[in-house]
Amino acid sequence: MNPNAYLVLSGIIFSIGALGVLLRRNAIVAFMSVELMLNAANLAFVTGARVWGNLDGQTAAFFVMVVAAAEVVIGLAIILTIFRTRNSASVDEASLLRW
Amino acid sequence: MISSVIKLAEIANENSISFEPFVFWLCGGLAVLGAIGMLISHKAVHSALWVALTMINLAVLYVLQSAPFLGVAQVVVYTGAVMMLFLFVLMIVGVDAADSLVETIKGQRRVGILAGVILVVSLVLLLGNSFSIQAAELVNADSAYGGNVQGIAALLFGKYVLIFELTSALLITAAVGAMVLAHKERTSPRKTQAILARELFASGTYKGPLPSPGVYARHNSVDTPALLPDGSVSEISLPGPIVARGAVKNINQSDLNEVQIISEGLGLVSSDEEGDR
Repeated sequence: MNPNAYLVLSGIIFSIGALGVLLRRNAIVAFMSVELMLNAANLAFVTGARVWGNLDGQTAAFFVMVVAAAEVVIGLAIILTIFRTRNSASVDEASLLRW
Repeated sequence: MISSVIKLAEIANENSISFEPFVFWLCGGLAVLGAIGMLISHKAVHSALWVALTMINLAVLYVLQSAPFLGVAQVVVYTGAVMMLFLFVLMIVGVDAADSLVETIKGQRRVGILAGVILVVSLVLLLGNSFSIQAAELVNADSAYGGNVQGIAALLFGKYVLIFELTSALLITAAVGAMVLAHKERTSPRKTQAILARELFASGTYKGPLPSPGVYARHNSVDTPALLPDGSVSEISLPGPIVARGAVKNINQSDLNEVQIISEGLGLVSSDEEGDR
């Protein structure tokens, strides 16, 4: 099967994730969209590894997973902290630093 | 399920059966469906479940592309840990926290959708022709190391060992950072049970359990009022709907006699009456 199909699928999922970041106002859903974009990148990595016939791409995808896990922990902790102080999970509410 | 998919992939590799397009279109379609579902569902919990669907289907696609280790890691890390973490946080933040539909920047939604469409079109056009290689030319990278996991291990602990060490530092920093961020300094001493109970009853209204219907009465059904030791009806023992319906049972003299006997502690109900209640 043509590996470009996987790349196109990854591009579509990445774009939907980017749209989610642009459109959704709930910080947690925006964060999920970031995860979706990371997953799309992983799919491209795996496809690349398959096309080139080596495992470097899969290793890169593995590192992306590790970094994504760390990022989720920190991001959700920040969202929780903001929720505690401002009692809202909307990205519009946290505008205290705005000029 | 994953092992059977791997087995199917192996069989397909050996016999060059092309079941791959079928799985690709099924799982790829479901993955896009999950992504769109995340985008358009109003409740954050529904979004999380849609994303979990996308991630499971991506795991199948990884296994299909001869990356079984990543497929398993995807299920464990993303659907198992990350999405459940999201759900936990959603439970804390409040599951019914739906998106506000008010645009804070005018025209932002329209411009966002336009930008998304441009991104989709350009990515599809760009990626659609990136590899000129065909399926027949694909080689299996696992054979050089004797397996997928062995191959990834050889790269992780060989070529990329420095990055691997750095990720461990990153993970420790993330764990400590999450603890620092989630930690809440206590500004007042913790309230004990006794303090809480005193505060509760200081308000003046009665906060204890209500007397159940039928206390000091001949029946224990809800429409029988509880009688106070002096024989009067305890109003708080009666459920509101029963009172509103006027279905409260009247008390008679024998009830009052019995209350008097019990409250004076002279004797309890005789054993033959015990049987028919």
